[in-house]
Amino acid sequence: MAQTHKQKRLSAWSTPVLLIAILVVFTLLVTILGDKSLARMAAQTLIRVTFVVGLWIFVGNSGIVSFGHAGYMAIGAYCSAWLTLRPQMKGMFLPDLWPFLATAEWHVLPAAVVSGLLAAFIALISGAAILRLSGIAASIATFAFLAIVYTVYSSWEGVTGATSSVVGLTRYADQWVTLGWASVTVLAAAWYANSASGLALRASREDEVAADASGINMYRHRLISLVVSAFFTGVAGALFGHSLGVLNPNSFYLGVTFITLAMLVVGGIGSLTGAVMGVLILSIIIEALVRMERGLEIGEATYALPTGAQEIIIGIIMILVLILRPAGLTGGRELRLRIGGR
Amino acid sequence: MNAIPQLLFDALSLGGIYAMAALGIALIFGVMKLVNFAHGEYIAFCVFALIVPSTDAVAVMFLGKAPAILLIPMLLLIGAVVAVASEFFVFRHVRNATPVAMMISSFALGFVIQNTLLLIYSSRPKAVSLWPELNQPVSIIGASIPLLQIIVIFTTLLVVVTLALLLKRTRIGLEMRAAAENFTMARLLGVRANVVITGAFALSGALAAAVALIMVTQTGVADIRMGGQIMLVAFIATVIGGLGSLPGAVAAGFLIGAASVILQGFLPLEARPFRDAFLYTLVIVSLLLRPDGLFAPRSTKPRV
Repeated sequence: MAQTHKQKRLSAWSTPVLLIAILVVFTLLVTILGDKSLARMAAQTLIRVTFVVGLWIFVGNSGIVSFGHAGYMAIGAYCSAWLTLRPQMKGMFLPDLWPFLATAEWHVLPAAVVSGLLAAFIALISGAAILRLSGIAASIATFAFLAIVYTVYSSWEGVTGATSSVVGLTRYADQWVTLGWASVTVLAAAWYANSASGLALRASREDEVAADASGINMYRHRLISLVVSAFFTGVAGALFGHSLGVLNPNSFYLGVTFITLAMLVVGGIGSLTGAVMGVLILSIIIEALVRMERGLEIGEATYALPTGAQEIIIGIIMILVLILRPAGLTGGRELRLRIGGR
Repeated sequence: MNAIPQLLFDALSLGGIYAMAALGIALIFGVMKLVNFAHGEYIAFCVFALIVPSTDAVAVMFLGKAPAILLIPMLLLIGAVVAVASEFFVFRHVRNATPVAMMISSFALGFVIQNTLLLIYSSRPKAVSLWPELNQPVSIIGASIPLLQIIVIFTTLLVVVTLALLLKRTRIGLEMRAAAENFTMARLLGVRANVVITGAFALSGALAAAVALIMVTQTGVADIRMGGQIMLVAFIATVIGGLGSLPGAVAAGFLIGAASVILQGFLPLEARPFRDAFLYTLVIVSLLLRPDGLFAPRSTKPRV
């Protein structure tokens, strides 16, 4: 009995290892075979992996759909910009920053960690209120949270630059840095999902009443998972800023909310493998479509999809997956090795 | 200064728009527990049906050229057709999925409609002049108020009364109320599910068209994003009102309209750009105090 339990624990740990191996192979292939623009696409994809796996820590384990995570992403992205931009630039573009931030000129790594911590702290406060709700009311409340963050960041002229973009971030987040963070996030997600809190939370996802009757404090575990989840979405935000070099509140609103939820749903909300595979599959499809929008030469004629067709096709793919495989492509199963014979 | 009646009319007309949009969402939630995120895109679709497809900044009227007596029923019909079509092609197939999966599929559908509009009309907001004479002010009890505001208030009243009559006095209304109360039981007693659901979608789409007409006349622009903002508020109104409760949706729509006008009027000047942040904070507070909504119907409480 104890033996099988041990084997199960071990085989559960094979999931993140396999997923990280897939990410490493993906990055290597792109770097070796692709050009510069493909490498940039790989970095964007790995940032999305960090974000979506971070999102999964909350959504996958609790079963509550959150529309608010793009808000935590925005918080992380701007925090990293405040900490790392050169003081002269901040004086010019963000004149109302607090003196401590205005003079800060941190190294990028501690800045990313602190950005995640700030997002986690905001998640603790906002989650303490929002997670008292359940089901659809909680989802709508996360939407309200997103709208609050968006309104604040797109109106607070002297601190966030409002709707004019913040520019000049060091573009250090290439495919290797983002691969590192994506791997850490996958490990953390697997660790959380197999921890006592994660298991309790998943029990409550399956049956709230039964979990409640077994003495599980649902509110507490939901809050813990939201805080962990927000940390990684905050880091993803910081990486996002340092990959493009430009920040604008509009990058953290409905567009990113939709595309990340689409990735999670297409892959399968129920499993960590689903979250990672969803990002990889949809990112590759998006890249292919973007190239087709630019034009595809077959023989002498150039065929091009009209600009904007990419979003429509992604939406249709998502609807089809929901109709044909409501639990996503992985159907809630994990990729794992069977360690030791049965 | 006659600030108070002015504010009152502003609040009533804004609340009226929100209430109509919220009704459209609550109707569908009532019959199939679907949180329809595509509702805002129905509104945008109806707005853009008024003008000729082009990417220019000034719009050329297409349907909008028709006289009002033809235009209004035509647009309501278009709204209804779009909504019914979306039910037929998408929501019918996910009817047995979890509410979360249904909600996300509506989100995806909204995304598809929005990007299709974007593809045809480009993202630039367009100037549209539909019935500009309605924006002329008239003075009532000392306040000068655009004629349109009064029309909006009366339209809302008319819509709410008609809908109430429809739901209370006709057979389809009775069936809809039965379906909202307990869908499985209603079907067992001979309510035709497809008829009821299609009917709810048609009504919801027509409501979206009405909102579209009002918004275009009021703002004079056609913008792809105009549906999203109002949909968010309408959602929040249906949740605050108690999901599935139609009177609750109307009341909460007016409440949010009033709160937003009051915040706009009384917030200190430097805090005004943050009005929506205050509004949504109030929303979260209200949800915390009454998680089931202010006017929750008994049927929404899950039984163990």
